[in-house]
Amino acid sequence: MPEQNQYSWPPSADRSYIGSRMGRVDGLAKASGHAKYTYDYNPKGLLYGAFVRCPHAHARITSIDTSAAESMRGVKAVEIVQKPGSEIHWAGDEVVAIAAIDEPTVRDAVRAVKVEYQELPHLVLDAKEPPRDIPPDTSPLGVDDLEGMFSNQVPSNQIIKEIKERGISFKPEEVPLDRIPPEIANAIKSAQQKPSEKKKVPSWYKPAAAETQGDPAGAFQGADTVVSEGVYGLPVIVHCCLESHGAVSEWTDSEHLLVHASTQFVSGIPGQMAEGLGIPAANIRAVQQNIGGGFGSKFAPDRWGIYSAKLSKKAGGAPVKMMLSRAEELEVAGCRPSAYARVRVAAKKDGTLTAWDSFGWGTGGPGGGGSPPIPYLIRDRVPNYRTQWTAVVNNIGPARAWRAPNHPQACLITMAALDDLAHKLGMDPLKFFEKNAELTGSRASIYRDEFPIADQLMGWSKRWHPRGDSTKGPIKRGLGMSMHTWGGRGHQSECDLTIQPDGSVTIKMGTQDLGTGTRTAIMAIAADTLGLTPPQITLLYGDTAYPMSGGSGGSTTIGGVSSTTRRAAVDARDALFGKVAPALGATPEQLEAAKGQIRVKGNASKGLSWKDACAKMGAVPINAHGKNLGGRDPLMNSGVGGVQMADVSVDTETGIVRVNKMVAVQDCGLVVSLETAESQCYGALIMGISYALYEEKVMDSTTGRMLNPNMEFYRLAGIGDLGELVVHMMVNKYDSRGVIGLGEPPVVSPGAAISNAVANAIGVRVPFLPLTPPRVLAALEESRKGTAA
Amino acid sequence: MNNFEYASPTSVEQAVALLSSTWGESEILAGGTDLLGRMKDYVSTPKRLINIKKLPGLHAISKENGGLRIGALVTLDRIPESSDIRKNYAALAECVAEAASPQIRNMATIGGNLCQRPRCWYFRNGMGLMPKNSEGKSLVAEGDNRYHAILGNDGPAYFVTPSTIAPMLLALNARVRLIGPGGPREIALENFFRVPHSEDEREHNLQANEILTDILVPAAGSGMRAANYEVRQKAAFDWPLVTAAAVLHMSGNTVQNARVVMGAVAPVPWLSSEAAEAVTGKAIDEETAAAAGRAAVSKARALSENGYKIQIAAVAVKRALLAASGQPVPNVFAQGGAA
Repeated sequence: MPEQNQYSWPPSADRSYIGSRMGRVDGLAKASGHAKYTYDYNPKGLLYGAFVRCPHAHARITSIDTSAAESMRGVKAVEIVQKPGSEIHWAGDEVVAIAAIDEPTVRDAVRAVKVEYQELPHLVLDAKEPPRDIPPDTSPLGVDDLEGMFSNQVPSNQIIKEIKERGISFKPEEVPLDRIPPEIANAIKSAQQKPSEKKKVPSWYKPAAAETQGDPAGAFQGADTVVSEGVYGLPVIVHCCLESHGAVSEWTDSEHLLVHASTQFVSGIPGQMAEGLGIPAANIRAVQQNIGGGFGSKFAPDRWGIYSAKLSKKAGGAPVKMMLSRAEELEVAGCRPSAYARVRVAAKKDGTLTAWDSFGWGTGGPGGGGSPPIPYLIRDRVPNYRTQWTAVVNNIGPARAWRAPNHPQACLITMAALDDLAHKLGMDPLKFFEKNAELTGSRASIYRDEFPIADQLMGWSKRWHPRGDSTKGPIKRGLGMSMHTWGGRGHQSECDLTIQPDGSVTIKMGTQDLGTGTRTAIMAIAADTLGLTPPQITLLYGDTAYPMSGGSGGSTTIGGVSSTTRRAAVDARDALFGKVAPALGATPEQLEAAKGQIRVKGNASKGLSWKDACAKMGAVPINAHGKNLGGRDPLMNSGVGGVQMADVSVDTETGIVRVNKMVAVQDCGLVVSLETAESQCYGALIMGISYALYEEKVMDSTTGRMLNPNMEFYRLAGIGDLGELVVHMMVNKYDSRGVIGLGEPPVVSPGAAISNAVANAIGVRVPFLPLTPPRVLAALEESRKGTAA
Repeated sequence: MNNFEYASPTSVEQAVALLSSTWGESEILAGGTDLLGRMKDYVSTPKRLINIKKLPGLHAISKENGGLRIGALVTLDRIPESSDIRKNYAALAECVAEAASPQIRNMATIGGNLCQRPRCWYFRNGMGLMPKNSEGKSLVAEGDNRYHAILGNDGPAYFVTPSTIAPMLLALNARVRLIGPGGPREIALENFFRVPHSEDEREHNLQANEILTDILVPAAGSGMRAANYEVRQKAAFDWPLVTAAAVLHMSGNTVQNARVVMGAVAPVPWLSSEAAEAVTGKAIDEETAAAAGRAAVSKARALSENGYKIQIAAVAVKRALLAASGQPVPNVFAQGGAA
């Protein structure tokens, strides 16, 4: 067995499947409809669950009467979710849960429950610029404040800063310190305890202190300085998973629960459900074979998971399916925070970027939310900056991680502002970004490698024109670009790999495949390590009966499972070498596993078939446990670079934008599975085109309700809206860095690249995404007025 | 969805007798593509459904008085398949072929297309067709009305007509045949639609116990030119923001007579006499077509969020006229935006 840090990836000559265009192992099952999703799990005696939801955006429950529903024929269980007195912070929040024999019955029962509310003032709009004179909230943090920050993914360092500066109004032991990140727990323990302050008039706005570097005021002065100003932003959008959120729970006996969940974190489900159900996590088994989308919104069991189990218990253990309708999915199952900013940015006349100044705002729902990392990519190195951020606390709905949390927002605001600056400098944006690439730090060389590839694939240098397509007629065409990064170091993940004496191989891993190609990658690595083909290996996954794997978020899965698989397969293979070596008259170190054989290196004739080799094991199987080393693991790494370009046409009479072509050049270190890696990028481009052109959670200001909780007015790009998508993976270039996550990074840039392309086409910036006809026409009108004046 | 009675009559007389004379009590089921969704969402809660698909004589496309008779139960997919329609009413065929999605076109009937309820998001979210806030003000006027009416929007109705086919049929001067307890009657399609003034009224002239049985399209005539133009955000599967249908009767290059109808701009398909007058007696070129577009929206009034629709309605009319007269129109969905 090698030393823990001595594992390595096989040299490229020894890779048959790793990095190959090997087909997706689950492709046939999915294309033929045989793949089973949580929604497809319909055991005998299944009951259907549904929620009574609050119709108000902000209200207090005053009374609940479930009697009519309870007496309805076919209703099997009713549970109060939020008692009278509870405060509701968004329309659609869960109040009562019901299970009944079929879906129509449960929906009718939901309507039979009488709930009375005291309506409270709400805010569901967020695009209006907040006033700048609101003092930061210095009152000590309450438990509610802390919970709000957690549920809105406020970065740890920001939470710690707030704890230190504001103190806390609760005793540390009032919060579950063992279940929150240790650095935050430590900050809480050492925080100053202060008496709770009676809240002043509640404000919708929570400004954070300005952050500065260098001399941001002075840097905008000077004869050699060119300054560009603009406002940029993007609204709250939702995840719109095609398989909605939900679970099917059933009690296999009075103490044991089986949960089929639609989740990004199979291994984490028991621990998150146990407390609410009052049973040990060990008594909960969670399973999932396939998932129809999560995008960051499916880590927790959520109320639908917990209440499917509670209703099942009440109904004598019968399975209860609690999956959201399309409208519920869009209303309550997750929002991507909005972000808007007024930006000033400066460069020297030669294009050297010198200063950034922004006043930003956005909402992550009732908790306010964290701020995007502005200015994106260059924050650590731009010599002078000042950033201000005001969180808008409102009632649109709860924020959840959305594929690359905060990055698409930061990227749009930054790359659009820089593109406007390049225009003001009279520079081709590609030249401008090349010139300032050093500001991205360690990834500068990656971007430099990628720029010419993107240039060539898009024909940028041949086709780029300064702003404003001078072609006759209303259709204007333009090019835009953007660049992005992401961390993506592998998460904690473990597996068991067993070689049986008959040669059969099984891998057990509690991970999940979000459709990203996780199974295919695991198979490629195991096959190459053992010298087998993927059909010779059985992969068992998606079950808490198997060794734990982290949640599939943050693009952490591919690194985590790849290293773990490689480690287990190397250990098992080496153990097998030990059993086989005497029969081949060699030492174990002299052997290799290749082409279905265990053989002496450099002497292919001296070997045994895999089956014959395994027969040498005797009756005892070989089992190897794989476990990666996390941050110290040399098989995986963090930090990718990607460059994207967009070619758009805009009908300047109707404001309709059409994407003609997108180019994505993407690095992710060692590419494990080329075809599924490319698929990640294609999917990201499609998702990116959707949020660039169409997506927006439209709220009614009077009622506080979402107006487009459906797929006719919550538009997603269709096949006819995509144009040509070109993906180039940076294969063989950065293999030595190891495996890095890919799910998130390619979705960061499309909004910025498309917005920049539209500006290039029509000669004027459309400030906010999505780039809809009203926004495009308003920007054109604005610019005509400007010209006339 | 609430429980309901279901009846499947085999004669028009039986069907009419089964219908309630009060709106909302009973609903006619044909393709069901609109009705069933509304029922699942509790937007419509009829006590009785009357399936009319077994009624005889409503499933055919036939010739009548030199024109066309289209039975109300003809599904949309069959209209562009008709060689007669493709030859003499090509613009109608194209317009139907673009409607909704293939799956919907296979189920949805032409009668149902004309009788479908508005897509207004306040209505579809169960707040009513003319929803009001606690002070009696219109939720639509006070709220997000980006897809709402720019014409015929004096209130309380602000929704827009959803059919993408009605404007073309109306421009073709189609008539509809209705049957009720008092027997059949026939009216011009432009009189079939109307702006309701209360929640108790519908967007058309049908009585609650009447059935739309036939659509009658007059003879095309040799000098007829027609085209439909839709402004849509997406290439397919999308409700248009605005549509315009133009039917011209030409003598050489000169317009003798024109009918221009806009969809999705008002609670009814909007027949624009202003646009028609603007081109009558003239040849269609960029300038006259643009002038007609401006005339079509001369009486338009923007709500708080839908001013852009005035601009695109004018463009849709211009482009429909240019297309009808055989001239190229820009198409942003063509690769690179080529005309």
